[in-house]
Amino acid sequence: MSVRLSALIVAALTSAAAAQEDTAPLGDTDRGADLWRLCAGCHQVGEGAKNRVGPQLNGVFGRKAAAVEDFTRYSEGIQRAGNDGLVWSFRTLDAYLENPKALVSGTNMGFRGLKDPQDRADVIAYLRIYSDNPQNIPESAPTAVPREVELAPEILAIVGDPAYGEYLSSECQTCHQRDGDNDGIPAINNWPEEDFVIAMHAYKEKIRPHPVMQMMASRLTDEEIAALAAYFGGLD
Amino acid sequence: MKLNRRTFLGAATAASATLAAPMVKAQATPRVVVVGGGTGGATAARYLAKDSNGEIDVTLIEPTRTYYTCYFSNLYIGGFRELNSLAHSYGNLAAEYGINVVHDWAVGIDRDAKTVSLAGGGAVPYDRLVLSPGIDFVEGAIPGWDVKAQNAMPHAYKAGSQTELLKRQIEAMPEGGRFAMIAPPNPYRCPPGPYERISMVAHKLKSENPTAKILLIDPKAKFSKQALFEEGWNRHYAGMIERVGPDFGGANVSVNPATMEVDIDGTVEKVDVCNVIPAQKAGRICDMAGITEGNWAPVSGHTMQSRVDENIHVLGDATNQGDMPKSGFSANSQAKVASMAIRGALTGSRVFPAKFSNTCWSLIDTNDGVKVGATYEATDEKIAKVDGFISQTGEDAALRKATFEESVGWYAGITSDMFG
Repeated sequence: MSVRLSALIVAALTSAAAAQEDTAPLGDTDRGADLWRLCAGCHQVGEGAKNRVGPQLNGVFGRKAAAVEDFTRYSEGIQRAGNDGLVWSFRTLDAYLENPKALVSGTNMGFRGLKDPQDRADVIAYLRIYSDNPQNIPESAPTAVPREVELAPEILAIVGDPAYGEYLSSECQTCHQRDGDNDGIPAINNWPEEDFVIAMHAYKEKIRPHPVMQMMASRLTDEEIAALAAYFGGLD
Repeated sequence: MKLNRRTFLGAATAASATLAAPMVKAQATPRVVVVGGGTGGATAARYLAKDSNGEIDVTLIEPTRTYYTCYFSNLYIGGFRELNSLAHSYGNLAAEYGINVVHDWAVGIDRDAKTVSLAGGGAVPYDRLVLSPGIDFVEGAIPGWDVKAQNAMPHAYKAGSQTELLKRQIEAMPEGGRFAMIAPPNPYRCPPGPYERISMVAHKLKSENPTAKILLIDPKAKFSKQALFEEGWNRHYAGMIERVGPDFGGANVSVNPATMEVDIDGTVEKVDVCNVIPAQKAGRICDMAGITEGNWAPVSGHTMQSRVDENIHVLGDATNQGDMPKSGFSANSQAKVASMAIRGALTGSRVFPAKFSNTCWSLIDTNDGVKVGATYEATDEKIAKVDGFISQTGEDAALRKATFEESVGWYAGITSDMFG
């Protein structure tokens, strides 16, 4: 299973161009609410949602697979996937909804899958209403799709030097509050590393619009961006 | 670290006795003394203490117990901030970071003995000294004005009681009265500061004393964010502000604080409030240390070390470093480079290339914020500009509001970066 999950992630990283073509930026929550009837036999979501045949799905984004407390019917397959590092994000939910057993062999989820990418995006957008993390960075995972910039896999593969990142970060913290407060300028603590890297490159290539950030990012090398991502990814 | 012969021999002896012990470990904990608890000094002290994990003994010498930021003090004049929202104490730096905060005046520096003497008596030894004293005023810059006249004609260019006084004087202006500002020549602290202040005074007068007039006397032909300010003044305060530039004698001004008169190139104007912002120079401790050339202390951009004494680092407004403006943001940026360089020299920690940045936000009217900024790098000659940006004229209201809100976030960010 972990091999298959890694293969999926590699596929997601390298076929971003394809994803950009066939995935809407964000789904339609109204359509998603309508499609939810396909899920509602087993799952509840929203205020007062309880575990039923399947676990309740409030706050599913960013949660490790098979991690809802008090839910006792997880398959061994999904528990193993969670232990192997499967975390629910747009990408992983999208793959799971497309074909649950392809992502998690041995899952108990008896659902044949949604073949239309738009349907999946709409259901995921509906689920997103009931997840409030991350609050501060609307562009970031789990809903950051499609990718803003195409980055070569070797750029995403750079392992950042957190000590260098800490020095570089001192420049960020003149404006971005170190305690993660968010007034006027967004917080950047605990930003998932890959999303951070993508966002910085998007500023550097002037795809993201903010002039200060374009300027700050424009002189960062690929290694420096990776170093910053490594540092901020580890902050609480 | 530059070791004198005696220290070096002592260290070598200790090292050979214990064989494997690194040289820096064999010495006593290295001492850094920071003079001046403004943006540069507070940031440097905090980063030195935070990042050295007790390997450096940090002392911060600052006479006042409450620090008022100059940035946002114009917003206090305009009624957008309370003065106490600009006040910061040194409690966290002492309690959380273990910095030895000494509330006293540094009155002398012995560069050979490497000590700082205090007004209250005694001398504090250092291995490295950080001077971040801000500005003082050039004597005789505006004939008729000196610091003894600052109650009649406030400068309000060091925040606190002077800012309060200026605001009270504006509130006491007669209906239809006249506010004058004498702006400083380059270089000076906070290039857009005088013009943001004009905006904030105009904002206040527009609601409280709408027939009042503002006279801006300026020795400079051009000023920071000029197009943006002039656009805003026309839009928000039409007919209220008159600027007298050097073409019309703006560089040839004297004052009489007793009669509240301003002489502009032979024409005497009587005004109700006169905000005199004189020409500036490095805080006088730099002169006492003998590290100034002209009005400022020259430094290397790689480390912020004085060009005169490598055991002294100078930060912020007091420096002559190259292309960076004299701003709190710049001082904060320089402090981090200096801290990194000092730790590298004293404890052998990793040293990275110097990187600097600056952004200056200004408020023109409610939710009408603008900004200018740049990035910089160190060359052997100076701190050199790499890239920059500035707000554009004609921007829509939503962007200007977002820019103002960003400045509020920046204020929270930088003050937390300084004081913990």
